[in-house]
Amino acid sequence: MLYFSRWKTYMILATCIAGFILMLPNFLGRDTLAALPSWYANTRVSLGLDLRGGSHLLLEVDMATVIRDRVEGLVDGARQQLRTANIGYTGINAGDRSVTVQLRDPAQTDDAVKALRQLASPVGGGPLGGGQPDLTVSVDNGVATVALSEQALRDRATQAVEQSIEIVRRRIDETGVNEPTIARQGNDRILVQLPGVEDPDRIKRLLGTTAKMTFRLVDTGADPNTGRAPPGSEILPSSEGDRFQQKYVIRKRVEVDGATLQNASAGTNPQTGEWVVNFEFNSAGANRFAEVTKANVGRPFAIVLDNKVISAPVIREPITGGRGQISGNFTAAAANDLAVLLRAGALPAPLKVIEERTVGPDLGADSIRAGLTAVAVGFAMVCVYMIACYGLFGSFACFALFVNIVLTLAALSLLQATLTLPGIAGILLSLGLAVDANILINERIREETKKGRGVFASMEAGFSRAYSTIVDSNLTTAIKMALLFIFGTGAIKGFAVTITFGILISMFTATVLVRLMMVTWLRRTRPAVLPV
Amino acid sequence: MFHLRLVPDNTKIPFMNGRIAGLVVSAVLSIASVILFFHPGLNYGIDFRGGIVIEARTPQAADFASLRHTLTGLGMGQVALQEFGSPQDVLIRLERQPGDDAAQQVAADKVRNTLSEAVPGTQVRRVEAVGASVSGELFANGMLALGLAMLAMLVYIWFRFEWQFGFGAVVTLLLDITKIIGFYAITDIQFNLTAVAAILTVMGYSVNDKVVVYDRMRENLRIYKKMPLRDLIDMSINETLNRTVGTSVCTLLSIIPLALFGGEALQDFGIVLIFGVILATSSSVFIAAPILLFLGENRLRRGTPTEAPAGNTPAPTR
Repeated sequence: MLYFSRWKTYMILATCIAGFILMLPNFLGRDTLAALPSWYANTRVSLGLDLRGGSHLLLEVDMATVIRDRVEGLVDGARQQLRTANIGYTGINAGDRSVTVQLRDPAQTDDAVKALRQLASPVGGGPLGGGQPDLTVSVDNGVATVALSEQALRDRATQAVEQSIEIVRRRIDETGVNEPTIARQGNDRILVQLPGVEDPDRIKRLLGTTAKMTFRLVDTGADPNTGRAPPGSEILPSSEGDRFQQKYVIRKRVEVDGATLQNASAGTNPQTGEWVVNFEFNSAGANRFAEVTKANVGRPFAIVLDNKVISAPVIREPITGGRGQISGNFTAAAANDLAVLLRAGALPAPLKVIEERTVGPDLGADSIRAGLTAVAVGFAMVCVYMIACYGLFGSFACFALFVNIVLTLAALSLLQATLTLPGIAGILLSLGLAVDANILINERIREETKKGRGVFASMEAGFSRAYSTIVDSNLTTAIKMALLFIFGTGAIKGFAVTITFGILISMFTATVLVRLMMVTWLRRTRPAVLPV
Repeated sequence: MFHLRLVPDNTKIPFMNGRIAGLVVSAVLSIASVILFFHPGLNYGIDFRGGIVIEARTPQAADFASLRHTLTGLGMGQVALQEFGSPQDVLIRLERQPGDDAAQQVAADKVRNTLSEAVPGTQVRRVEAVGASVSGELFANGMLALGLAMLAMLVYIWFRFEWQFGFGAVVTLLLDITKIIGFYAITDIQFNLTAVAAILTVMGYSVNDKVVVYDRMRENLRIYKKMPLRDLIDMSINETLNRTVGTSVCTLLSIIPLALFGGEALQDFGIVLIFGVILATSSSVFIAAPILLFLGENRLRRGTPTEAPAGNTPAPTR
């Protein structure tokens, strides 16, 4: 145990030096970093949002709406299928996850089942097809039930979350936030981390808007104030004003869908100076828009966003260029936001913010300062104690402790792990735990010396006997931290990470490195008694 | 050369004389902790209960009375205001708002806006708003982590030591954990995700400490074949006393700065760890060892071969 071959000595020293070099970019100024090759300059610990400031949002996709939309689509589909197959029915009802149809003529049951089965599309199959139909059709006493399968709902949910992530990413990119993290979490959640965002109000508003835009005709024959809309129409409020809200009767049929928009931008109307949003359709949208406007000159055409009417201008002439303008008493910010939303596209379902954690940048800076102070003071106090107790061997342990911090930072930099405030606490705590190994070894050497053993024999025994205990005690802590890493969230994970690194690295610094220092010292000075 | 020794060498403290007292005191404290856990219960933080926490810095020393008045006027339930750090720093806590998860966000924004209107120039330094579904999951995960950690320790010690040791360690661990929870209840420190981290850390530390003392006992069991278990345990504790105290002191020295400079979140964490380290150190001596003595008398001796390795049999010290 006391012999170090030459190459082993070099390896140990090389590890320490490599660690020092790797963690150095964390402490260099911006100018120095710019001069370095990027692969090296980028090996830095990334700071968690609690240290650099920023906003952490957890969003939930409203699955109820996703399913309801699917069921409503099914109702429309069923109506159409039955109409084309010429099957009479007395009613169609949407249930939770199913649609029921009351047939007029029981003799048509088989035809109805056949027609309704057409609604199914396969789910869960591979690229070669296969898979199961996503719905089942059953008949009971003249009532046909179309039920969505569990698998279909799951697929639908997955799809909705993936689409939402894409839309969320586009919307956030539009706001110019640097290095956002957008990730799926669990079944129906999206985690959004926005470094540097101090007030996430605007982003929350952007993400909280579904932005489903439709162009629909206004039912001019009905009075919106009667409170009842004729069949095929609905009463929708204006997007402006809270109390004296204007109401419109709008046809349910969607003439042009906002999904066919290609571009949108905020601008001002040169005549009125008012803020407007200019939009542009893709070719399919442009054709459809031209058709509708040609057929309905002189009638009001409503622009509906998330079931609110932004405006309902009268069509003066057919619009064939595929371009248009929305005006609705916008402020500059509102026009910009609407343009962003239209460009990024609609969310498949509403998103809800269910968790927010925002830290201002100067609180983050304060936390870094507090963390560094705590680490420095803790390190100093442990060193004073170790040197007071064990003299020279204590100072070896302190040097090893310093290397431990350096290597921990190097490991974090290399893996580009995130350092959080609890992570700093982990570094601090691992100082105390790492030095335990040295205390064990030194105490053991002391005991062996007192039993009358020679210098080398005591050292040998001290290291070998203490070693199994050290491994044991570190392993138990590592197990705990693995669990914390798996089940913890956010900043707490950082605690588990740093403490695990600190402990694993202490197995090297507190034993191997310290042993090397002790042995080197022994060979140089050849003392008669050990200074413990 | 002078070396500091917190514990003199060659102590022969008869720790096992106090075994009954140790166990009884520990049991009483743990039972009291369990009672405190149910009544008045823990002060669950927003991680586990949901709600809103806002940290703000006012331009001048904060006027708590008027702030409280303004915020209570919003009609959002009880508003807890707390000064921390400097007189300008205010910590505002709101209960979970009725309604769904999104209701927390609305309320948080309302408080944020109200603050900047009521005291112009106020900086909102931190906002956390957690809804019921998230907090429920965080709680479940936290408890799962604690449960699994217990299990992992049990399995580890089971493999590593004879069952008497394992049993002693796990019972001690349970007693330790209940006391930490009691500590949370008594001090009214927020029970948050950091509390789970603190408990896990203390668990790790406690098991470490037991492993070191147990290791020495096992070693001595092999060396001193004839020594009564009680004396052997006392001797092992005394032999490792310097290490036990030394490590505790070092760990405490590294934690104290956390409690002093750690800011709102880490301060509590540091205080709990300080309590936990002291607790874990004393439980190794006064609980884990007596349990081993009760379980191991006549048992731990039987299985081991009677022939000691030659030349490695120092005379018993007592």
